[in-house]
Amino acid sequence: MPIGDLAPELAVLFTAVAILLLAMVLPQDRHGWCAALAAAGLGVAMVLAWGQAGAERLTFSGTFAIDGATTWARLAIPGLTICCVGMAPRWFATDRRHGEFYAILLFSALGAMAIAGAADLMQLTVAMLLSSVTGYVLAAYHRDWAISLEAGMKYFLIGALANALMVIGVVLVMGMAGSSDYGELAGSIPSDPVTVTGLVLVLMALFFKLGAVPGHTWVPDVAEGAPVPAAAFLTVIPKLAGAVALYRVISLVPGLQTLPLLVAVVAAITMTVGNLSALWQDDVRRLLGWSSVSQTGYALMAVAVAGAVPQALPALLAFMTVYGIANVLAFAAIAELRGRTALADFSGLFRTQPYAMGAVTLAFLSFVGIPPLAGFLGKFALFAATLEGGLAWLATIAVANTVLSLFYYLRVIGPAAFDRGEGQAGTLGGTARGTLWAAFALLLIASLAWSPFWSWMPASLIP
Amino acid sequence: MLTLAVLAPLLASLLLAMVPLGERTSRWTAVSASALALVALIAVWFNGGDGFRAVAEVPWIPSLGIAWRVGVDGMSLALALMSALLFVAATAWPMQLHSARAYYAWMAFLAGVSIGLFVTLDLIVFYVFFDLSLVGMYFLIGRWGHGEAQHAALKFFVYTLAGSLLILIGLIVLALNMPQLTFDMRAIIDSPPLAAAGVGPGLVFLAFVIGFGIKTPVFPVHTWLPPAHVNAPGPASAILAGVLLKMGTYGLIRIPLQMMPETFARWALPLAILGVVSILWGSIVAFAQDNLKRRIAYTSVNHMGYTVLGIAVAGSALGTETARQLALTGAVLEMIAHGLITGALFLIAGAVWQRTEDYHLPNFGGLAGPAPRLTGAATLAAFASLGLPGLAGFVSELHIFLGAFGVYPWLAAIGLLGILITAALFLRMLRQMFFGDLPRERAGFTDLDRTETALLAGMLILVLLIGIWPTWLLSLIDAAALLPAIGTGG
Repeated sequence: MPIGDLAPELAVLFTAVAILLLAMVLPQDRHGWCAALAAAGLGVAMVLAWGQAGAERLTFSGTFAIDGATTWARLAIPGLTICCVGMAPRWFATDRRHGEFYAILLFSALGAMAIAGAADLMQLTVAMLLSSVTGYVLAAYHRDWAISLEAGMKYFLIGALANALMVIGVVLVMGMAGSSDYGELAGSIPSDPVTVTGLVLVLMALFFKLGAVPGHTWVPDVAEGAPVPAAAFLTVIPKLAGAVALYRVISLVPGLQTLPLLVAVVAAITMTVGNLSALWQDDVRRLLGWSSVSQTGYALMAVAVAGAVPQALPALLAFMTVYGIANVLAFAAIAELRGRTALADFSGLFRTQPYAMGAVTLAFLSFVGIPPLAGFLGKFALFAATLEGGLAWLATIAVANTVLSLFYYLRVIGPAAFDRGEGQAGTLGGTARGTLWAAFALLLIASLAWSPFWSWMPASLIP
Repeated sequence: MLTLAVLAPLLASLLLAMVPLGERTSRWTAVSASALALVALIAVWFNGGDGFRAVAEVPWIPSLGIAWRVGVDGMSLALALMSALLFVAATAWPMQLHSARAYYAWMAFLAGVSIGLFVTLDLIVFYVFFDLSLVGMYFLIGRWGHGEAQHAALKFFVYTLAGSLLILIGLIVLALNMPQLTFDMRAIIDSPPLAAAGVGPGLVFLAFVIGFGIKTPVFPVHTWLPPAHVNAPGPASAILAGVLLKMGTYGLIRIPLQMMPETFARWALPLAILGVVSILWGSIVAFAQDNLKRRIAYTSVNHMGYTVLGIAVAGSALGTETARQLALTGAVLEMIAHGLITGALFLIAGAVWQRTEDYHLPNFGGLAGPAPRLTGAATLAAFASLGLPGLAGFVSELHIFLGAFGVYPWLAAIGLLGILITAALFLRMLRQMFFGDLPRERAGFTDLDRTETALLAGMLILVLLIGIWPTWLLSLIDAAALLPAIGTGG
């Protein structure tokens, strides 16, 4: 077995196991070491992934694809997970199960990496389950807090349904097409109603991962209730993975026009629902959750023109990267502000906490796509791909939604910048602040060095 | 050289944001940055040349055909010069402020962005600056405005972002229809894409008209303007009216007129009608206002209506070439003249607010006694705005209507009514403010101080100069070179 092909994934796995063991022997006040170990392990995984960059092959009997998209996921997922790790040490400082958090986080990241690389429906199912099961735990990690439990429970119920549907879908496709291997399925999937139903069920499960309609309802609850580092993780990492997996599935059936159309409609509904729901939110974390739903809607535009436009995959991956960085930045700022979340508490915050609030502002403007921030360049790539693919109606809906989204982002930024704040705001400091600066720098780097970043994006997949 | 004119204010803004300078130092940093930009632009002007000059190019995202491209022709150079001048005046305008350093940082930022918008030759860079101008103005209005400032700022930002996104869609479609993906304005102007008749080009044109129309603003998408003006601090209003509104009409000329002339010609008549409606609507509604700033704000709608009429006539492919050239010359002149005149009027309004915290016209009267210099400046600016011969407004409106009579005589005749109403409303405003009895609560009203007088005098002398001897500006604008070869295609 070409075991070296999975070196990045194995690095994450072994680190997670090591953290689990370490957390057992360390006294609680030293669990911060587990964070360092987690970050180091993820860093090693990135280095190993970088070493395999440029490869274009299937491995493990065709169940795992090592191509540009996988390489992207192997760098983006551990990279952004490191940021989530960075928010955690002080956040969980008094939690008795502090150390184990990193182990679960890494298992979940492993699941996401496996989703992104899966080139076989069975493999995809297993990876989805790994990512989901650990996700439920992460969401409910504050088990003494009802809202966190509620978030975990909702995530679990919707996830269980989505994964069950997925298994049924996989069975239907396998039964009708005779294989679960992408290499054999590519281009030879029959287009009878049963198979299409199976494919649609698989898509539904991926929509759940992505937080797209109809599987989106968990996102705001998780964003509000999960511990902030876990919320940052769950609103970013599974989405990165889900986007790649969705693109791979859609590319399997180039002839079938219904699936791209379905994705386009889902994209339109998702961005609209996300934005409308975010409009009058009085809770900033919940608002971030809904905004994350709407961002998924934009990203799906690129999937809707998959295959029709060469720029679709680069646009999708570039947009998801930028979205991930900006979302992590926003959550890092909220972690730095000790989870401050009521909208009213943000008024006048610019004066007392200029850097944290500046980070929130920058992240929000990047979500809107105000140039020259990277968010604009990502959205620009999406619009260009969508228009080139002939979906001008979808681009128009996206424009209307962007305008709508500006309104609720300004509901946070405006009072924070214009009102007079009182008193001092508590901050978390330590690695949380470090993470804030790191994400800040990442966003600026992505904005300034867009050209090499863009040309590095993979142009196609190998199924 | 042009890059310097953009970077100097932007760097000054960064400096002001980072380094804790005092209020006076902050002000002078911002002023000298704008002045430096002005000097750089004047140097470009004296170097002369035809077509796009002082061109420079640095690649940014080569695979998408996006680059930092700068270069100016007569129109953009004239507009950039006017903007830089207005920024010097507005930044130097004395203000009593809280967090002054941040205020001047935003002013310098806005100066760099606005000049950048006029001098860039890349559509995406153009869009970048277009959007950044919204961000800068949003913070200026929201933070240093008065009254319902936050609400006005929000409305302004959301409304105009809607327009700018439509423009983005249009720009992408234009670039995708080029033989090779590029956002280079010169390439697109040289071989305009989307020449065919049909729904597609029509929709792109519509997107541009709505997008730039919101920014201009044209009736019926002007409703963001009055609240934004009324609640903004005086110098910010001057910038908003003098510079930011010009971005709409500049874009209208640069992009739909020059890059899709055939489609423009097909839709010129509706656009001209829109212009005339704006002229009338702006002037009639302005007449009804009792709020000083609101009244001036609506006259902006009216004046930008003249500009839109001129642009529509220029792109109509009807009438004689001379008529269309006259109209375009008039449109560009009107932009410059309106920038200077309305800029001065809003600065005057700012001076009134600083002294009284009141804009309600019936609360005023008899200011000519205590404030002769303010009265003189306001009278001159108002006369220029209503189009008195010998002042800049007259020259531009004369050009526009001469051209318009050659192409759409009936529309031009209706549009003339606007001038009449504007004259009435300005005369009434002057009477209410400066003549009659001085109300008791205005007893301590002080006249303009030396800085204010000097700044206003500088702007109004230019207004006078353009009115008396416009040749130098006309030869700079050189509208003949702007007009695309229409009539050959569609």
